[in-house]
Amino acid sequence: MSIDWYLAVSAIVFALGALGVMTRRNPLVVLLCLELMLNGGNLALIAFSRMWGNGDGQILAIVVMTVAACEVCIGLGMIVAIYRRRLPIDVDELRELQG
Amino acid sequence: MSAVLFFIAAIGVITGAVGVVVLRNPFFAVLALVGHLVSLAVLFLLLRAEFVAAVQVVVYAGAVMVLYVFVVAYVGGEGESIGERLRRGTSTSGMRVGGAILGGALLVELFIALLGTGLEATSGYGAGYVPGPQAYGTPAYIGKLLLTRFLLAFELASFLLLVGAIGGVVLARRRGGIDEFSGRQAITPLNLLRPRATGTTAEAVGTATVHDGGSRYGA
Repeated sequence: MSIDWYLAVSAIVFALGALGVMTRRNPLVVLLCLELMLNGGNLALIAFSRMWGNGDGQILAIVVMTVAACEVCIGLGMIVAIYRRRLPIDVDELRELQG
Repeated sequence: MSAVLFFIAAIGVITGAVGVVVLRNPFFAVLALVGHLVSLAVLFLLLRAEFVAAVQVVVYAGAVMVLYVFVVAYVGGEGESIGERLRRGTSTSGMRVGGAILGGALLVELFIALLGTGLEATSGYGAGYVPGPQAYGTPAYIGKLLLTRFLLAFELASFLLLVGAIGGVVLARRRGGIDEFSGRQAITPLNLLRPRATGTTAEAVGTATVHDGGSRYGA
């Protein structure tokens, strides 16, 4: 398949992830949707890397995966800390910082 | 053959993504994301990114998702699907509709940017590919790039992982709470370095100075 198709899939996945980040209220699901957005970006990176026959995009994709792993680690740690304090697991309720 | 495989994998990717956004139970959302990641690895393989596909399956779909499943099992928390929130018509439902409109606008914009581009190469099949032990996308190729041209990025990424691991431990560790005030408390050498009556949730509530009475606790 030509590169176009991969880019189309990556755009759809990214938009779906953005939709989920904007509409879901459970922070766990918001983190999952962030993963979706990162994966859409990764797919575009690897498609462009294939287009040029150059490995740079793949290296960047691996770095993005590292960043995603760190984000998951910190985000899940925060969710566990929120849960321990008996606060609601809901991004609309947690608005002490006026978010 | 590759076209058939592409469409199967692409349908898996998009179905998984829709499942993550729509499913009510966070546990099923995690499972949908696992399906999404595995299908995405097939797309990576079709793009001749063997090493990245392997990393995707082993690290992402394996390790990271297990972490998610553990936290979902610990925290639980029934989510609420978008459709239900829209139907209920709360004061925030306007914002949900706005989110959907913004998501659609983002999709259209991305399509214009990616497919309406003047780059003719995007409608091609990519650069030439010669199979071999050190061909494009193999572990040898990626390893060579990581340890030569991208050594700094590699080191920074490993440092970031270290910071992430420490941050996760610090955020999720068990703090001494008010409930376990009189119970067994671990005493470590670090307690000597800390100001008195700090480091527990009792401090925030203000009971620390009342009950502490000179003893050190917490950590």
